[in-house]
Amino acid sequence: MTSTTIETDAEPAPLEPARTGPHAPRGLVHDAWVLARRGLIHMKREPEQLSDATIQPIMFVVLFAYVFGGAIQVPGYEGVPTARVYREFLMGGIIAQTLVFTAFGAAMSLANDQKNQAIDRFRSLPIARGAVLGGYAVANILKTMLPIALMSITGYLIGWRIRSGLADALLAYGLMIAFAFAMIWVGMLLGAVVGSPEGVTGLAFATIFPLTFLASTFVPTAQMPGVVRTIAEWNPVTTLSDSLRELFGNPNTPVQPGDPWSIAHPVAYTCIWIVVIVAVCAPLAIRAYNRKNVA
Amino acid sequence: MSASIAVEGRGLVKRFGDKVALAGVDISVPTGTVTAVLGPNGAGKTTLVRILTALSHPTEGRAVVAGFDVATQPDEVRRRIGLAAQDATVDPLLTGHENLTMIAELHQLPRRTARERATALLEQFSLADAADTVVGSYSGGMRRRLDLAATLVADPEILFLDEPTTGLDPRARAELWEVLETLLGRGVTIVLTTQYLEEAERLADDILVVDHGSVIARGDARSLKRQVGGDNIGVVVSDPARLDEAARILTDVTGTEAVVDRPIRSAVAPSERGVVDLASVAGALTDADLPVEDLSLRQPTLDEVFLTLTGSIAHDDTDDLQGSHR
Repeated sequence: MTSTTIETDAEPAPLEPARTGPHAPRGLVHDAWVLARRGLIHMKREPEQLSDATIQPIMFVVLFAYVFGGAIQVPGYEGVPTARVYREFLMGGIIAQTLVFTAFGAAMSLANDQKNQAIDRFRSLPIARGAVLGGYAVANILKTMLPIALMSITGYLIGWRIRSGLADALLAYGLMIAFAFAMIWVGMLLGAVVGSPEGVTGLAFATIFPLTFLASTFVPTAQMPGVVRTIAEWNPVTTLSDSLRELFGNPNTPVQPGDPWSIAHPVAYTCIWIVVIVAVCAPLAIRAYNRKNVA
Repeated sequence: MSASIAVEGRGLVKRFGDKVALAGVDISVPTGTVTAVLGPNGAGKTTLVRILTALSHPTEGRAVVAGFDVATQPDEVRRRIGLAAQDATVDPLLTGHENLTMIAELHQLPRRTARERATALLEQFSLADAADTVVGSYSGGMRRRLDLAATLVADPEILFLDEPTTGLDPRARAELWEVLETLLGRGVTIVLTTQYLEEAERLADDILVVDHGSVIARGDARSLKRQVGGDNIGVVVSDPARLDEAARILTDVTGTEAVVDRPIRSAVAPSERGVVDLASVAGALTDADLPVEDLSLRQPTLDEVFLTLTGSIAHDDTDDLQGSHR
């Protein structure tokens, strides 16, 4: 019976020295893909999650095309029917705006998972560092294909056309996906830092939303007053919109001699932003995520 | 004997700002045994589990799980453990089969093997019929069983179960206990937390009673019970007229005044010598030719143990209390 008495820890035995185990090769790509498939199943089971990628872009195209269509004059196209020019001008901008909004969707999915403890399960598994966020990134990139396709179709129906060659058009679509990838990492950082879905909504509306309007998204920058115009000219949303217009051969404000470098070289300028955003946000997001979940 | 220790924690302290969640806990779980961490809400049970499963860094102290330091080799630890967190963390939008397959794949099983493993586990946990149903429509008991199945996907050496039956109805709880008992038969080491004394008593070899982040008692159910004054011997006599006579025999044998309860014709006295006293009482009753309806050696319930232990912590200093148990 003495064996069952209360343990006295008068002389504690030393902790067993840690074994050094072999480090199995870590399949970041594999793990991320497994988790990305989960994200895709979520979208399939809860299609209302996709409304920001389906109904919203279509609605925006139709609204802006028909409500603002006749009112906004694109410089350099005086004489051509305003509405027709604007609809083609609009497409580059509205696609850019929708791609910026992908940040919001990514942030929400991460915030929701943190709320409902799914994250704890992943964290207790021997998966590659960054695989969870990588999985979100892949799922969200695939999700982005949906609005890109839907907007292309809707645009076509209201009279938008690709008036350039195949190479330029492919480059335009490539640029869209690259930009969406960058924005998804912005969203990851937001979701990892903020944590709650409510917080994400608030912060996203305060930052992402104005960013898409302080740009050539809907209105040519040439018509904006002083400081606003300068901000818009250096805003990557402007240069993405302009890049898409240029690559699709759509109407765009002609570049003037005094325009800043960003306006003169929109594709290059946008690419620099994409690289910088991913290089900064991805590691920060992964760090914030790991730190937050080992509180 | 340190080689046979599966889980060892030393001086584990966890502070969240000013709040002390763990105030220096030692835990040592031999391989193949079950340790229950028993305590009320907010006692620090979940914090302890999160530290031992490398989900949380201790503010002070060190933990070695499956031979690896949780702080420096968390991945090696994760590869060898299964965790069923307090809220079932299976994905409600996925089916049972999809959930298990995903987790198996994240344990680096090839896809086909993962699927087969998922099917086998669903079968084993009586969830085969619900394999292709979205988990969101599972009952609480089914969800817990799936969660448990998920922790077993990679044949872990050590299982951590954080309140595995909290919120389940008695039937679902009994079903889960049966599942756990089959696991015990396979020699898996288990650390489980619970608020239910019955659960700890039924499943665990060792019990750690925690309150306010400190271990206030440890031992098996029997030794914990003994701490609150040993066993009780109870006699129920057939003839109410002879109850006082029986009480006198009890008092004489145990050396403690017997408590008489007339309506149920019973007399009870605490006994330090337990079975020895019981035999003496039985002999004395026979010699006196005193007919008895019931004669029993009853342990105090774990509830009584727990109330005694945690009741006193409200007044006494923790160190004082621990000292009194040594």
